Amino acid sequence: MKIDKREIAAALLPGAALALWAIGGWAAFSATLDAADRAALAAMLQERVALILLGGLLLAGVLGWALREAYLRWVAASARLAEEGRVLLAADVEREIEPAGSAETRALAELINRLAAQRAELRADVAAQVREASRSVEQERNRLAALMAELTQSVVVCNLDGRILLYNSRARTQFRALSSAPSVSGGAELIGLGRSIYTVFDRALIAHALESVQQRLQRGAAHPSAQFVTGTRAGQLLRVQMAPVREIDAAPGEVSLNGFVLMLENITRDFADESERDTLLHGLTEGSRASLGNLQAAVELLDDEGIDAATRERFHGVIRDEVRAMSRRIQELASHTAQTMKTRWPLEDMLGADLLAAAARRIEAQCGCRVATGAVDGALWLKVDSFSLLQALVYLAQRLVDEYELKSVSLRLGEASGRARLDLAWIGATMSTEIVMGWETDAMRIGSETLALSVRDVVERHDGAFWFERERVRHESFFRWLLPLAASSEQLDAAQIVKTESRPEVYDFDLFRASEQSRELAERPLAELAYTVFDTETTGLNPGQGDEIIQIGATRIVAGKLRREDVFDQLVDPQRTIPEAGIPIHGITPEMVQGAPTIAAVLPAFHAFAQETVLVAHNAAFDMRFLELKQQATGIVFDQPVLDTLLLSAVVHPQQESHRLEAIAERLGVNVLGRHTAVGDAMVTAEIFLKLIPLLAERGIHTLGQAREAAQQTYYARVSY
Amino acid sequence: MSKKVLIADDEPNIVISLEFLMKREGHAVSVARDGPSALEAIRTAKPDLVLLDVMMPGLSGFEVCQAVRGDEALAGVKILMLSAKGRDTDIAKGQALGADAYMTKPFSTKELAEKVRELLAS
Repeated sequence: MKIDKREIAAALLPGAALALWAIGGWAAFSATLDAADRAALAAMLQERVALILLGGLLLAGVLGWALREAYLRWVAASARLAEEGRVLLAADVEREIEPAGSAETRALAELINRLAAQRAELRADVAAQVREASRSVEQERNRLAALMAELTQSVVVCNLDGRILLYNSRARTQFRALSSAPSVSGGAELIGLGRSIYTVFDRALIAHALESVQQRLQRGAAHPSAQFVTGTRAGQLLRVQMAPVREIDAAPGEVSLNGFVLMLENITRDFADESERDTLLHGLTEGSRASLGNLQAAVELLDDEGIDAATRERFHGVIRDEVRAMSRRIQELASHTAQTMKTRWPLEDMLGADLLAAAARRIEAQCGCRVATGAVDGALWLKVDSFSLLQALVYLAQRLVDEYELKSVSLRLGEASGRARLDLAWIGATMSTEIVMGWETDAMRIGSETLALSVRDVVERHDGAFWFERERVRHESFFRWLLPLAASSEQLDAAQIVKTESRPEVYDFDLFRASEQSRELAERPLAELAYTVFDTETTGLNPGQGDEIIQIGATRIVAGKLRREDVFDQLVDPQRTIPEAGIPIHGITPEMVQGAPTIAAVLPAFHAFAQETVLVAHNAAFDMRFLELKQQATGIVFDQPVLDTLLLSAVVHPQQESHRLEAIAERLGVNVLGRHTAVGDAMVTAEIFLKLIPLLAERGIHTLGQAREAAQQTYYARVSY
Repeated sequence: MSKKVLIADDEPNIVISLEFLMKREGHAVSVARDGPSALEAIRTAKPDLVLLDVMMPGLSGFEVCQAVRGDEALAGVKILMLSAKGRDTDIAKGQALGADAYMTKPFSTKELAEKVRELLAS
């Protein structure tokens, strides 16, 4: 039991005071007496000294006891109450304070108990609400997931950085078809949470679609989505619809996006069918015109009375010839052997004024010349492939600026007999037909980038016309496009302004939070980075002496979670024998790698799978050495940061002797399954790594840079292959 | 009164008819079978009217037309474009580039003859 010094002081204080009083009193009293009286009194007291002392002690004892009681009752009880109150405040324990001390102190204690009970109740209430809320969020997520899984369309949700936040299984299948190495990685390098959509789509294309969505939003269109068609590297044709995901916290009346949803449809097949139909139709109409013209002229002239026999025979010859030619053509068309030709490209509706505004901005930014917007019919809606059309406008403006040093150009738009007339005009410099021809048919170049299209291709996509014209009087030259006009449906859409406050249904995913791309990688917390955790199986332990990789397995960690579905698992033909000694360990026989791709084919796919992530491996130096040795031959460089679980384990548990994978797994409570397949080991490594992150944080290691530095300083860092 | 007419077309089967038709109208007819020789013939012979096919080897009818209209010395030459390209954008282009008339194949010989008379009279 603790000794309360103040309690002892309270008990002794009356005795001390009494003694002081007696000594002081005696001194003062004796000072007033003369020597004889003093002696008489001393003698008198001397006889009764025992009685006086006993009385004094008794008094001191009684007073001391009373003061101690008073102290305990009023001071100590309050102090104890305060202390217990503090404990109650600091800790989350639920306990009652035992009332003690005076009635007032007891009342206080009871009051505190009631407040504590109220607090506990409130807490329980909040916890229940949180549980309820997260259950409904979970439910919503499940509903959304079920809905997305049912869709026959692929859906991909991205944040504004183009990172994939959500996708459905259909999208996964579709992306597999887009992969340039489907047999190796199955498209896993293209789709995955946190991956960039820009590996599939041109960044400029997405930016352009976002811009048109923004424009529509500003205008208050009811369906502010954009559509575009694009070819992929694998030769597929995709129709993509983009819908905005709006910021939930945006101020009322303000439009702001924090992501977008892409709905993809592979129209390669449809498009091919449609192209074929178009070709047939085109062959039947345009192709027959010339023959019919020849026929009609000859037939009509045969009726002429002044015709001689020789001429008549020539006309008959023409008729026989053309009839034969037409029959042949019909037969050719019927047997679907029509020659290839360009057909209608899927087009989107766009307000002409928006197109011109976008063009003016792009030209000013790209070419550094002023762009004046001349007469523009603001009511015109065009049906265009705005992306390629803008490219054509920028390209032509750039050539004008480059070759004729123009300081300004102007754009104008009007209507001419049911079509839109778009002009890119300038004053001064004129050019010959040959030069225009060249510009029209050359592959377009914008900046340093050469595109696959020419201006003529763009014109043909629009089923339009393009030419160069010169206005002599005004010294003005211009390129003119004739472009199709849109049907009036979109105009209705724009007029149907959304007035209601209703928000689009956005799911409460934290994933939309913008990532801090700007921060240096080294300064970013370990917990928020994306990782590719991998392992290799090899023919032996000496990469420098001809040992080769026979299997690569990898998985990913995104946003602090292991993505088991995101797997790279590939056998590799080492193009050498596999030593018998290793087969019991990795279980890979020479028969298994027969027909597998070589490392030259696998590394590019693995590189794509691992792009924009931090690499993690157990004893990474070993695996990295194998990868490095292939750098020269394959040109594939793994230059991302690398973390080693062996070294990180040594940082966390410096006293432990073994940092083998199994030992760490056991220490950290990770189940080891499928050990010694590359992907099995990668999974174990990933789980270990996830457990190491909080342990590192306890040691003050929070960022990637700190982790790498700490790893380098451990003893094991000196081991090198 | 006899006028000089140039037929520029690479298809012999239409040239036969056009030649007959123009001769019957009483014009002096010459023939060019591709773009460059048509332009050459226009420059040397300065015909009153050219029946100009759009799809020819070498230079297209559009290009020949634009070259002729760019040459002040050839200002008097009338151009009637004949084409199997029947799209309205092609017609608009032909007219913008300076053709006096544009006829789409197939056409009636009577209408063609009338159009030629009309152009030569103006």
